[in-house]
Amino acid sequence: MPLPERHSAARELRAGMTAVLPLLIGVAPFGLIYGVLARGTGLPVAMAQAMSLLVFAGASQFLAVGLIGTGAPWPILLLTTVIINLRHLLYSASLAPHMRPLRPLWKWVLAFLTVDEVYALAISRYQRPPAGATGEVHWYYLGAGITLWASWQSSTAIGIYLGAKVPAAWGLDFTLALTFIGLLMPALTDRPSRTAAATAGIVAVLGWSLPLKLGLVLAAASGIVAGMLVERGFAAARTAGGTSPES
Amino acid sequence: MSSPALWLAIVAMGLITYGLRVSMIILFGRVAMPEVLRRALRFVPPAVLAAIVLPELLIPGGRFALPPDNARLVAGVVAAGVAWWTRNVFLTIGTGMALLWVLQLILRS
Repeated sequence: MPLPERHSAARELRAGMTAVLPLLIGVAPFGLIYGVLARGTGLPVAMAQAMSLLVFAGASQFLAVGLIGTGAPWPILLLTTVIINLRHLLYSASLAPHMRPLRPLWKWVLAFLTVDEVYALAISRYQRPPAGATGEVHWYYLGAGITLWASWQSSTAIGIYLGAKVPAAWGLDFTLALTFIGLLMPALTDRPSRTAAATAGIVAVLGWSLPLKLGLVLAAASGIVAGMLVERGFAAARTAGGTSPES
Repeated sequence: MSSPALWLAIVAMGLITYGLRVSMIILFGRVAMPEVLRRALRFVPPAVLAAIVLPELLIPGGRFALPPDNARLVAGVVAAGVAWWTRNVFLTIGTGMALLWVLQLILRS
């Protein structure tokens, strides 16, 4: 392999690791709290850590621990896992065109690392790659993914170890909502995307009490449809000869 | 659930989550993606992120609340402003947490 290519791969890997660092101050406390909660419901240490290793999905792990605590049967546990993680189908589909040229092993590994934050970083890098990084973005994706994975494992372990020593009054769980706010705002690039976000947010609040977190699925679907409708409205206005509406 | 059943459930949860993550990447590595779907997927980040964030701000702790009973909503809106102007996640989280703690102190006294 020629040297310049290797250099840009290493640079992308480092860029991915750096990009994920600020997100870790949102993710690490969340991992910590997961560990605390898991121990609180009486889940054995090995199982609590195994769930982080194998499932590697924060929201889903929180719900699972809650369900196990209330003694829910396994079909409910698995069904909840499917529904809360359905958004990963969307992530997977949206990354797919960019990942087409990759070898299968890359696809299998990167897919495993695709949590919300890694998805948000990877897709925005794929959409707007910096000069010279085109074709090497999978290294960025890998760097962000393994860094987040390692931090999730270690913060979970610390939480399991600390047990109930982290006071709930600190409100550390709020860091995750703030992380998502930090990722959401830059994604609101035009009026269709802002409409998608507003619609999804409102539907999510209205559908919050639906069972099995179905509200999230419904909200994501409504948001996407709303965004497409507004975009189509723009296209129609343009072809009709009108001035393009301000976004 | 018994211990072996719990282990099985955890492994199954892992397989389900991984299956959802890898499925479309593999599928659309083999077949072309329909144009409608390609256009729809642009809205995945704003829609999904907003659907996660808004209930966290408006229904903290499982109960709908508005200020002054909802410090998280105030802190979240200010943090959103910081995120919009600075595009800096570090500053966003820092401002939001600092404001949450200050508001909690004020509201408690």
